[in-house]
Amino acid sequence: MTNYVGQRVKRTEDPRLIKGLAHYVDDISLPGTLHVAFVRSYFAHAKINGIDTSAAESAPGVVAVYTGKEVADKIGPVPCAGALPDLKVPDHRVLATNKVYFLGHPVAVVVATDRYTARDAADLIIVDYEELPVVTDVEQAAAGGPVIHDAFSDNIAYRLTSGEGDIDAAFSAADRTVKQRILHKRLAPIAMEPRGVLARYFPGEEELTLWSSTQIPHLMRTQVALMIGMPENKLRVITPEVGGGFGSKLNVYAEEALLGWISMQLGKPVKWIETRRENIQATIHGRGQVGDIEVAFKNDGTLTGLRYSVFADLGAYHQLLTPAIPTLTGLMLSGAYKIPAIQMNITACFTNKMATDAYRGAGRPEATYVVERALDLVAAELGMDAAEVRRKNFPAPTEFPFHTATGLDYDSGDYEAALNKAQQIAGYADLREKQRKARDEGRLIGIGISTYVEICALGPSQAMPAGGWESATVRIEPTGKVTILTGASPHGQGQETSFAQIAADELGVHINDITVIHGDTGVVQYGIGTFGSRATAVGGTAVFVAIQKLKEKAHKIATHILKADASRVAFEGGKFSRQAAAASAAGSSEPVVPVGQAPAGALPDPDTEGKSSLTLQEIALEAHIAKNLPPDTEPGLSATYFFEPKNFTFPFGTHIAVVEVDRETGDIDFLRYIAVDDCGRVINPMLVDGQVHGGIVQSIGQAMYEEVVYDEQGQLITGTLMDYAVPRASHIPDFELDRTETPSPVNPLGVKGVGEAGTIGATPAIVGAIVDALAPFGVRHLDMPIKPENVWRIINGH
Amino acid sequence: MKKAINLSVNGVSHTDEVEPRMLLVHYLRDVLDLTGTHVGCETSLCGACTVMLDGQAVKSCTVFAVQADGSQVTTIEGFAKNGELHPVQEGFWEKHGLQCGYCTPGMIVTAAQLLDRNAAPSREEICHGLEGNLCRCTGYQHIIEAVQYAAKKAGQS
Repeated sequence: MTNYVGQRVKRTEDPRLIKGLAHYVDDISLPGTLHVAFVRSYFAHAKINGIDTSAAESAPGVVAVYTGKEVADKIGPVPCAGALPDLKVPDHRVLATNKVYFLGHPVAVVVATDRYTARDAADLIIVDYEELPVVTDVEQAAAGGPVIHDAFSDNIAYRLTSGEGDIDAAFSAADRTVKQRILHKRLAPIAMEPRGVLARYFPGEEELTLWSSTQIPHLMRTQVALMIGMPENKLRVITPEVGGGFGSKLNVYAEEALLGWISMQLGKPVKWIETRRENIQATIHGRGQVGDIEVAFKNDGTLTGLRYSVFADLGAYHQLLTPAIPTLTGLMLSGAYKIPAIQMNITACFTNKMATDAYRGAGRPEATYVVERALDLVAAELGMDAAEVRRKNFPAPTEFPFHTATGLDYDSGDYEAALNKAQQIAGYADLREKQRKARDEGRLIGIGISTYVEICALGPSQAMPAGGWESATVRIEPTGKVTILTGASPHGQGQETSFAQIAADELGVHINDITVIHGDTGVVQYGIGTFGSRATAVGGTAVFVAIQKLKEKAHKIATHILKADASRVAFEGGKFSRQAAAASAAGSSEPVVPVGQAPAGALPDPDTEGKSSLTLQEIALEAHIAKNLPPDTEPGLSATYFFEPKNFTFPFGTHIAVVEVDRETGDIDFLRYIAVDDCGRVINPMLVDGQVHGGIVQSIGQAMYEEVVYDEQGQLITGTLMDYAVPRASHIPDFELDRTETPSPVNPLGVKGVGEAGTIGATPAIVGAIVDALAPFGVRHLDMPIKPENVWRIINGH
Repeated sequence: MKKAINLSVNGVSHTDEVEPRMLLVHYLRDVLDLTGTHVGCETSLCGACTVMLDGQAVKSCTVFAVQADGSQVTTIEGFAKNGELHPVQEGFWEKHGLQCGYCTPGMIVTAAQLLDRNAAPSREEICHGLEGNLCRCTGYQHIIEAVQYAAKKAGQS
């Protein structure tokens, strides 16, 4: 039955959010809460000769001040889960001890009675710095610039070569090759809610509760417990509403452990809410690669080999997944194409900057971007159409599972179908004709195509640093209400609705009778979290399978109560019936105590005697009252399932951007934007569209506006939203979206994931369009962000 | 030295003593416990803190509480009346104009002001009107549709 799955169901989480009644971390007030402010380094690299905290300590309202040396042996290092051969892992303490390594590096912390007092006192702390030589350029860092960490002889964190096939033979046998240097600038994730932590220690119970704006409550619980030496089962992490993450909250930060520890020292609740300035300085950045792409191909456009050599700018320290991100780029270098030989060479380096880590797409946008740019270069080299060179290299739908020379097996796909559909919506041939005519009139119109594939539903545990499964508990309460506990704690994706849709159909109940609970380690079984476009494909599947387990038990109870043969009892429309046919007329079943009709006193008695069918809710009541259960049956009606996927999923699609460049100003205007995405089976098309829109606009940001800039001294030039340009409503085109639907065989729901499709698929289409518009000037590639100034200089020969 | 202020917030009169430097957003959030108004940047660039101050949408992170002395303030908590959503709130729900919800209260306040000034805005006028509010989740398309929905709905009533 599908009353809900596939439908545009309005979100059940929205009423509290649109009324301003939801609770993010900073909206939670506990009596007696103390406020924390950080002293952060204003140098990118310096030795700390001393810290004078006396004025701060004696300021009215200040409760405590801690410096790096005081906490160094109390709190363990900030964790890194990326394990690679010969990886250099610097000792990353929660506060700097002897040296600071990047602008924004926390040096000391002040605890005071309110946030204004804490900030004032932080300004009274005097740090005696001795400046050291700075290296911000990743290639300079690799080539032997100033060594950042005393423990190591150079700045190279690791080198890695990956790929399959005979790459040298591929290049020597090729008709032609092209190569291009490609920059992926650093980006700031800019979740609208900055990070924040509220910590409360209960000295009697010896328990600590952390409210944190995180994507991974359980992983944080484990890591923070290890860092502060507390039994994990005495630590509870609660993520209330999380105001966006985009990977920046897929991490365990110094502040989270430190706040917990401070609360234990003082026996009081303590709160820290990140300012936007701190957010751009000291929350992870994304991207940060300087690479050289080389492609070998035949004269007919057939690709024979691809090599990508990249310098990865890791920043000063590893955060949770920092070193792993460039390796994800290596995995996706085959793109949507048959390429017999692929090689990735990574040189990953420390620089005097904030750590890079997972930002929406996390290594995969870099791969898609270089492969798609390479295909455009091949097309330009051969004078072929950008769509045709892509079409020529697609694997056919019959070739799936499709093995790539990066070692993956793509689950399912029909890449040409998505391309055809996008071209049809765009009116591609007419567009090209229009472009030719416009050029004759001196107008600069460009068309860019991206036929991307992404790796999602992360992922099988074998391929993940700390578990790639996801968990769900589904239970039907005595009153018939359905409770779902998911480990995939969301931060805007809408799982409270989409998971309820899955359950409502499977259980035949009304969606409003379901509550999805997440983000509280005290309530929810261990889980992994929401990232890597995994929540529905892995977490949703866990819900689905848990429901099947629950229904098996309900079936057993129903068979017993209906005094029927198990094979004659079927579930349909929310009811177990002695004959399946008897239930065919049934719609969705009601809880035994419908809303608004709750009797004041007690639960009703089960009234199941002599019935020919039973609703799930009636069975739930029987299961809890437990006077009429089959022998050897546990009371209660709940099931838990931990779903381990056997493979990743591989969503794909085609994006077509059409732009016009203004010769006078260099301004770039979108004329059209078409996106045909295939994310497998769709649970809620409205949520899918929302994910695609948001992803594309982050791509527009990367392609045209955003760039974290440090100067040569490591000063952050883009330290506020005045300088770091996030797209605004006036920057976006009117999107034309459509879909193809190729189910994934990896999970029973057939879903693939869509959270990162836009950020992965869109940048090459946008850049391709701008480059295409400027093709009359001999332009074949431009680095992002492409600003009007760059364009104007090209047009005007400056 | 604290200063006494008196203002009406969502129709309720409040008198408090505040530090002259206290920001209006902190007064609303920390003193009145109206936490629907959010802080996203402290530099009046993101618009998450937008409230109505004497009929004007303002960014409450760059208004001092003392400047609001004697004023009428409406926050997001004051938008739904008698259990009925404001048309803009309804539009955001109907059109999926929010994901994480953090920018949403400020967006709704700004959109309401936009429609007060222009009951039937074009797409371009909506985009222009929302330029002072950042959203990182939705890509704006559904927000624009939410405002169009609200305009249509208000036009019908």
